Amino acid sequence: MTAKAKKNDGILQLSIMDDMTIYNAESLKETLLGYCHPGTQELQLDLSAVAEIDSAGLQLLLSLKIEALKRGFSLRLLRHSEAVIDVFELLKLGAYFGDPIVFPANWKKS
Amino acid sequence: MSEINPALETFSQEVDELLTAMEEALLGLEGTPDDSESINSIFRAMHTIKGSSGLFGFDDVVAFTHEAETVLDKVRNGERAIDAELISVLLACKDHTAQIIQHTFFNEGEPLPEELQQQGQALIAQLTGSSIVVGGMPATQQEKADHFEVDVNTTDSSDNWVISLAFEPDALRNGMDPLSFIRYLQTLGKIIEVVITLPTLPRIEEMDPESCYLNFKIVFNSSADKKTIADVFEFAEDDCDITILPPNSRQEHYLQLLADLPEDQVKRLGEMLIEIGALTEKEVANILHEQRDEDNTEVKPLGEMLLEKNILQQPVIEQALKKQESVKQKINKESNYIRVDAAKLGYLINLVGELVISGAAMRLMVDKHGLSDVDDVASTMSHLVEDIRDTALQLRMVQIGETFTRFQRVVHDVSKELGKQIQLQITGGESELDKTVVEKINDPLIHLVRNSLDHGIETPAVRLRGGKPEKGTIQLNAYHDSGRIVIQISDDGQGLDPEKIVAKAIAKGLIKPDQILSKHEIYNLIFEPGLSTKDEAGNLSGRGVGMDVVKRNIEALRGSVSVDSELGQGTTVTIHLPLTLAIIDGFMVEAQKERYIIPLSMVEECVEMSSEEWQIDEVQHYVNLRGQVLPYLRLGDFFHNNKKHTRIQRESLVVVRFGETKAGFVVDELHGENQTVIKPLGKLFENLNGIGGATVLGSGDVALILDVQGLIQHAKKRVNPALALPSTV
Repeated sequence: MTAKAKKNDGILQLSIMDDMTIYNAESLKETLLGYCHPGTQELQLDLSAVAEIDSAGLQLLLSLKIEALKRGFSLRLLRHSEAVIDVFELLKLGAYFGDPIVFPANWKKS
Repeated sequence: MSEINPALETFSQEVDELLTAMEEALLGLEGTPDDSESINSIFRAMHTIKGSSGLFGFDDVVAFTHEAETVLDKVRNGERAIDAELISVLLACKDHTAQIIQHTFFNEGEPLPEELQQQGQALIAQLTGSSIVVGGMPATQQEKADHFEVDVNTTDSSDNWVISLAFEPDALRNGMDPLSFIRYLQTLGKIIEVVITLPTLPRIEEMDPESCYLNFKIVFNSSADKKTIADVFEFAEDDCDITILPPNSRQEHYLQLLADLPEDQVKRLGEMLIEIGALTEKEVANILHEQRDEDNTEVKPLGEMLLEKNILQQPVIEQALKKQESVKQKINKESNYIRVDAAKLGYLINLVGELVISGAAMRLMVDKHGLSDVDDVASTMSHLVEDIRDTALQLRMVQIGETFTRFQRVVHDVSKELGKQIQLQITGGESELDKTVVEKINDPLIHLVRNSLDHGIETPAVRLRGGKPEKGTIQLNAYHDSGRIVIQISDDGQGLDPEKIVAKAIAKGLIKPDQILSKHEIYNLIFEPGLSTKDEAGNLSGRGVGMDVVKRNIEALRGSVSVDSELGQGTTVTIHLPLTLAIIDGFMVEAQKERYIIPLSMVEECVEMSSEEWQIDEVQHYVNLRGQVLPYLRLGDFFHNNKKHTRIQRESLVVVRFGETKAGFVVDELHGENQTVIKPLGKLFENLNGIGGATVLGSGDVALILDVQGLIQHAKKRVNPALALPSTV
C-alpha cells in the first residue's frame, strides 16, 4: 500500500506512505490517477511520510498539478517532509504549488 | 629601356600579384555574386594600381584604372549589381590594365598605341554605359539582419549563466536523476531561478512515470568557468541536451580574451572559442558533427549554428570572426617569402648532387680501409647530406594548384566563345612537384584542357538531349602515387568514338585495316601524329597537331600519358610524372658485372629466383609469382644480347611496378639503396632503349638508370598476350 485515503464531501485526503521515486512511480501513478475522477473537488496530498523523492516523483507531482488544473479541481500539498522541502527549495517550486510549507523546528541550516 | 629601377621592379611584381588576385576574385564572383570580400579585393587591386601608377607618372594607367575603380566603388556600395556581363568586362579590364602597364614599362614616355587606346575607350564605355542601377541594399543583406536576432529572454539575465537542460525520455531509466545534477551544481554557485517545463508531457493517463519529460532552464550565478560548469553535466551528456549560455559579464571577459589572443597563426573559429573558454571542446565537437550530418546541401557556417542553438551570444562570435579575419590578413601580409633567382637554386641543387656523390665516395673509402673511428662521423655526415638533399629539393617544390587555377580563366573564356556552359573542378591542388616540371607541364595541360573544352563537352542543347546536365564539368585532379605525381584531366563530354579513330587511323595509314586492336590501344592512337577525330578544324584545336606533341613533351619529362574514355560519358587523360628531375632514391642491382639503378619508388619487392618456388616459363618469359602471371626480363641478356655469359647460381628477381603494370627484372646481385644523382645522357644516346639516364657512383664508376616504364613494355611484349593479366591491362 503506497497511500491511504479519507473522503469527506468531495475533498479527498491522501497520505502517501512511501517514497516517491522511480522504483514505485508506476504504482503511485496508478493510485493517483484513480483519484482524478470527476467527483473530486479537492485532492489533498499528505507528504509527511515521503522519506525520499527523486526526479520521477517530482515529475509525478508536477503532472498531477497540471492534470488538476485541466480538470478543474484543486491540488493541495500538506505537511511536506524534509526531503520534499529540500527539492522544492532547490527548484524554487514553493510558489508554483502555492501551498504553505511548514518548516520543522529542527530544519537544518543550509 | 636600359635598366629597371628597383622601385619599378617592385611595382611590377606588385601589379602582377594584384591582377592575379583580381582575376581570382572575379572568377570567384561568378559563383557567389555578393561575396563582399571578393568585391573588396577587386576594388583594392584597381585602387592600389592607380595609386602606384600615379607615383611613377603613368598617366594612361591612372586614367584607365580610375574609371574601373569608380565603377567598382559603386558595386561595393551596392549601387550597382554585379552580373556575368560586368564580370566579363572587368576581366577584360584586368587584361587591358596588364597590357598598358606592360607598354608604359617598356616604352616609357611614349603615348599608347592607337589600338590600346581604342580598346581602353571601348572598355570604359562598357563599364559606365549599359549598367543597371539597383536601389537599396540587396535583399540577402536584409534577411541576414533578421537572422541574427537572439532570443531576448536568454540574454537579459545580465550577470548569470543560463543553463538549459533537456533530458531524453530514457534518462530516468538509465539511472540519471536530474535533481542530483542540479544539487551538485549548487556547490559551484547560487541558483537564482529554475524554470521547469514539460513540453512533451501527455495527459496523466498516457504518461509513463518512468520516462523523463523534464526540461530545466536554470539561471545560475557563479564565478566558475564554462568548462567547470559543463563538467557537472558530464555524465548526463548522453541523455541530455545541454546548452550553457555564459553571462553578459563573461561576454566582456571573452571579448577581452579574444583581443589578447596571439596573432601568430590563423585558427579555426571553434579552436579560438575553446581557447578563451567560451566553448567546451565537447560542444564544438557536437556542433561540427551536426554540421557534417546535415542533410541539406547548404552547410551552415559554425558561427551561425552556434547562434541558432543559442550556445553563445552574437557579440562574442562576431568578435572572434573579426579576429580571425585580421589575423588572416596580417599573416598574409607577413608571409615570409624570399624571391630567389632560379639559376642560383639550380646551382645549389647541382652542388648538392656533387655532395651526394662525394659522400658516397667517402663512405666507400671508410669501408675499404676499415676506419672504425671515422665510421660514426661518416654516417652522421651521410645523414646530414641526405637531409640537405631533401631540403634542397623541397625548395624547388611548388604546389600544382596555382597552375590549375589558371585554367579557370581559360575555361571561362573558351566556354563563352564556344557557347557552352562548363565548370572547372579542381582537386588535389596541394600536391607538390618540382618547379621545372610544373613549368614544362603547363603547355601540355592547356592543350588537354582545350581539347576537352572543344571536342569533349557538347553544346548545352546536345547535352540536354543526351540526358546530361546542361552544364558540363571538367575536372583537374592531382595526387601522389609511389614517388610520382598523377595528373588527371577528365570531362563528362561525348567521349572518344573508337570506330571513328580506327577509320581515321586507317585512312592515314597508321594501322592496317585488318589489324585488331584493344580498346586501350585504339584510344592511344590519338597520340599519333596527324590524327584528329574532329571533322572540322576549329579555332582552338582539331588540326591533328598537338596530341603527339603533348605526348612527346610529357615523355621528355620521363613521364607518361594515357587516355581512357566511354562513348557518351566522357574522357579521362592521365599523366604520370616524376616529382623531380634531379636526384632520386635508387635501388642498385648488378647483372653481368654491370650496375644498374632502378628508381626505388618503383620497386615492389625482391625475391630469390629459383625455379622450384616460382614456375618459370623460359620460353614464354613469365614467372608465376604467387598465382600472378608476371612477365620478366633478364637484364644481363637484354643489355648484352650477343655476349656469351655464364649463368650464376643465385639469381634474384626484382618486381617493379609502373602505374598498374608490373614486371620482374632478373639480376645477379642486389646492392641496395643508393642516392642517385641523375646525369642526363648525351644526345648520342637519346634513343637508347630502356635507359633513362646515368649516374656516377662513389667509386667513380658509371651506373645506368633504367627506364622502368620502357622495360616493362618490353617484357610484356615477350609474353604471349593470351596470358596477360587482367591487372596489367
